[in-house]
Amino acid sequence: MQLKRREFIKISGITAAGSLIIPPFLNSCKTVRLSADAESYLNHFEVTTGTLQKVISAAMEKGADYADLFFEHSLNHSCALEDNQVNSAYSNISSGVGIRVLKGDQTGYAYSEDLSEEAMLKAARTASNIADSPGKVSVADVTEYARPNYYAINGSWESTSIKDKIPFMKRMNDNIFAADNRVTRVNVYLNDKTSYILFYNSDGLLAWDYRPIILIAAVCIMEDKGNIENFYVTRSSRMGPDFLTNELVDELSAEVVERTSKLFSAVKPDAGEMEVVMGAGQSGILLHEAMGHAFEADFNRKNLSVFCDKMGQKIAEDFVTIVDDGTIPGNRGSLNFDDEGSPTEKTILVSNGKLTSYLHDRISSAFYKVPSTGNGRRQSFRHIPMPRMRSTYMENGPHKKDEIIASVKKGIYVDYFSNGEVNIGQGDFTFFVKFGYLIENGKLTRPIKDINVIGNGPQALADIVMVADDKIIDNGGGMCGKNGQSVPVSMGMPTVKIRKLTVG
Amino acid sequence: MDTNEKYALADDVIEHALKNGAEQVSVSVYDNRSTEIEIRDQKIDSLKESNQASLSISIYVDKKFSSHSTNRMNREELHSFVEEAIESTRFLAADEYRSLPDPELYYKEGGPSLNVFDGSIDSLDAATKIGLARKVMEEAYGKDERILSVSSYYYDSIYGDIMVTSNGFRGSSSKTAIQLVAEVSVKSNTGRPNAYWYETQVFFDKLKKEGIGSKALERALRKSDPIKINSGLYEVIVENRVAVNLLSPVYDSLTGSSLYQKQSFLTGMQGKPVASEILTVFDDPHIPSAPGSRLFDNEGLKSVKRPIIEKGVLKDYYIDTYYGKKLGMKPTSGSSSNLVFETGSRKPEEMIASMKKGVLITGFIGGNCNGSTGDFSYGIEGFYIENGNIVHPVNEMNISGNMTSFWFNLKEMGSDIREDDSIRIPSMRFEGVQLSGI
Repeated sequence: MQLKRREFIKISGITAAGSLIIPPFLNSCKTVRLSADAESYLNHFEVTTGTLQKVISAAMEKGADYADLFFEHSLNHSCALEDNQVNSAYSNISSGVGIRVLKGDQTGYAYSEDLSEEAMLKAARTASNIADSPGKVSVADVTEYARPNYYAINGSWESTSIKDKIPFMKRMNDNIFAADNRVTRVNVYLNDKTSYILFYNSDGLLAWDYRPIILIAAVCIMEDKGNIENFYVTRSSRMGPDFLTNELVDELSAEVVERTSKLFSAVKPDAGEMEVVMGAGQSGILLHEAMGHAFEADFNRKNLSVFCDKMGQKIAEDFVTIVDDGTIPGNRGSLNFDDEGSPTEKTILVSNGKLTSYLHDRISSAFYKVPSTGNGRRQSFRHIPMPRMRSTYMENGPHKKDEIIASVKKGIYVDYFSNGEVNIGQGDFTFFVKFGYLIENGKLTRPIKDINVIGNGPQALADIVMVADDKIIDNGGGMCGKNGQSVPVSMGMPTVKIRKLTVG
Repeated sequence: MDTNEKYALADDVIEHALKNGAEQVSVSVYDNRSTEIEIRDQKIDSLKESNQASLSISIYVDKKFSSHSTNRMNREELHSFVEEAIESTRFLAADEYRSLPDPELYYKEGGPSLNVFDGSIDSLDAATKIGLARKVMEEAYGKDERILSVSSYYYDSIYGDIMVTSNGFRGSSSKTAIQLVAEVSVKSNTGRPNAYWYETQVFFDKLKKEGIGSKALERALRKSDPIKINSGLYEVIVENRVAVNLLSPVYDSLTGSSLYQKQSFLTGMQGKPVASEILTVFDDPHIPSAPGSRLFDNEGLKSVKRPIIEKGVLKDYYIDTYYGKKLGMKPTSGSSSNLVFETGSRKPEEMIASMKKGVLITGFIGGNCNGSTGDFSYGIEGFYIENGNIVHPVNEMNISGNMTSFWFNLKEMGSDIREDDSIRIPSMRFEGVQLSGI
């Protein structure tokens, strides 16, 4: 029976003209019963389960413990508004298969951009060289992964024409210019990416996924009496074209104008140690930098993390609970399965102040003899997976935001950030504040901007002395970098107070 | 793909684009092969082989512009890709400033020999590469009881590209790189400090293969048990290897896009002092065997040696064709090649020896700079110095200031540039720098 051609067979996806190139139809292996979706993903990559098994066998032929294949076909579009017009566009198409072979905790990796059987077998044999004790390879029966659907979408980005995106970008531009006559430059960016993923491993697990992601960003420049200030906002989701609404555009425009305009009266706080109140939402950057990376199990397995001897110990106050969640519907950090075929979940890292779990991938879960937490992620088929965060946030606590601010005599309140970094071994971390306020005698006073805040992870965690009940998951466009690989993440936080960080 | 195959592919794509309505087209094709090996504590941790290729096309149609890339090189598919790209470009707004460069500015021929390709890297076998990484690891492994982990890395890359434009540019380039890295993590009373060291080269024979693991170990051990010091104004020495962190906001502010977007604190400063007069930096694309050397840039513009900052005065920006037209400035090149700093006479050790009280900065962590205003703040780590001696490591501190005044505090350039890097920057000594700590 010939399968119904699905919309994602579109290879080019620049989506203007709608002309397609159609790959030749191939019969897939008929010995196992697969869903129509799984069959169509096999067709999409022009492979059969028989081919997958053959490539896995080649990957395992030197005596490996495990092997997996990660097929990816990604279509990326972006367009940019400058000088009131959407006048440039970019697109990228990337496809291939990553072949990974594990022998204990050792990894062999190769990828092929050519999906012919011959090319895949060659890459598999290259990756197989990590093992060196040839043995008999048994072929596992194929079982299909029961895919949850954390990002169900209406319509697709590949079939959304650039002309349908332009009005939202122009609306953003016009809103921002209309809101304040000091605005002199506006840039708006829209970037969408759709990835088709097919995964198969030596246990016979077959999984497929359709991963959309969208990001909108606006930069606002204002000039006032010879001074120039800039600010930007981003919003991102694993949603389809219904992500773009006038309401969203209006909300973001108002936000960027309000923040930029306040920067003209911003001051720099005195340098040194002080109390820091982190506002709900983006402040989750604290969790990402101060603890999240150091909780990644590879750093702990290798004895590198400042937290590697603290499992099960009390590391924060009772009201501190921190999670990393890959299952929030439509969230930028969510995945239906991670990039090595493990189900994602809501992982409790710190439960009522106690360290309860690291972030695991397949290698570390075998090392620690615990199930994978579904944190094995990779930038693309060209990259080796490793433990990465998804959406990292703190649960609500017992305090109130007003009560927290009122408790600070001299300190800062911060809620917009541009970037952060951590040193895993020493535990030092930083985040760069784009916007906040001074707190003087329990009240927010003058705006502050452009300051780096630095602290030590375990100390900062122990120094979280108040947690409010106003948690927000921030939907900004966070990218997390580690060992040269970038993956999209999100973060969240209720308002919290930290006893002491260095500001300057 | 060899160079001729790449040219044939580009010619075919250009012809197809012109036939389908494009007015101007630029096509580049590149491929890259690389090996990455990680050894950890005597065992191979990972072996990775990469082999990738991609085609990029920039399209100008009805004064409208777009750019696209794909790694799917099948001709039929590329034709369809190009047709869709042209159609989608038509939906954009016209932009009178978009066009290919003036052909007068293209590199033609007769440039110097750059010598940035080592064919012998292609014939290195896996055992040799693993052996190199293993030696790096062994220099540190088991050499001190405080060691927690030793990793070493081998990396090589063989890169080749070509570019063809519809208004007459045709050029190819190829480059190799080889690198060895060591990373050591040690136990201390307050944490697990780690440090790395690397050597990088175009040529296998010239690569320093020794002293990498031992250097990383030494640097990790000396970082144990840091102490935060008081906030205040300090004399600082920024180590050559990390000084590029202070340079990058300057570089960002020199680009045409930053100038046009009003995100440059160097707007209108050409010909004016922007730094202490001991600062002189040239962009030099023609240094033999240097990793940043090139005959033309990514638009095909002929590369020339030029001063960027001379005796503290800003001489030139990084202007590409598009922003050159928008700003009414002559295109120079939108990107740097090799950046060469004029050096001083003393090594950093000599600068330290004569320092009364100050901080040696050996690492940056996080932080940022506001391009519009020049305000910056970065996390730092390093060593507290008193009377010419290193007293103790410091960490968890920030360096802050404004780029428009900061560079006037530059008092001395070191003599210690790293010749194997494309940015040849020495250690630098500044006075009156704001550090925040306790």
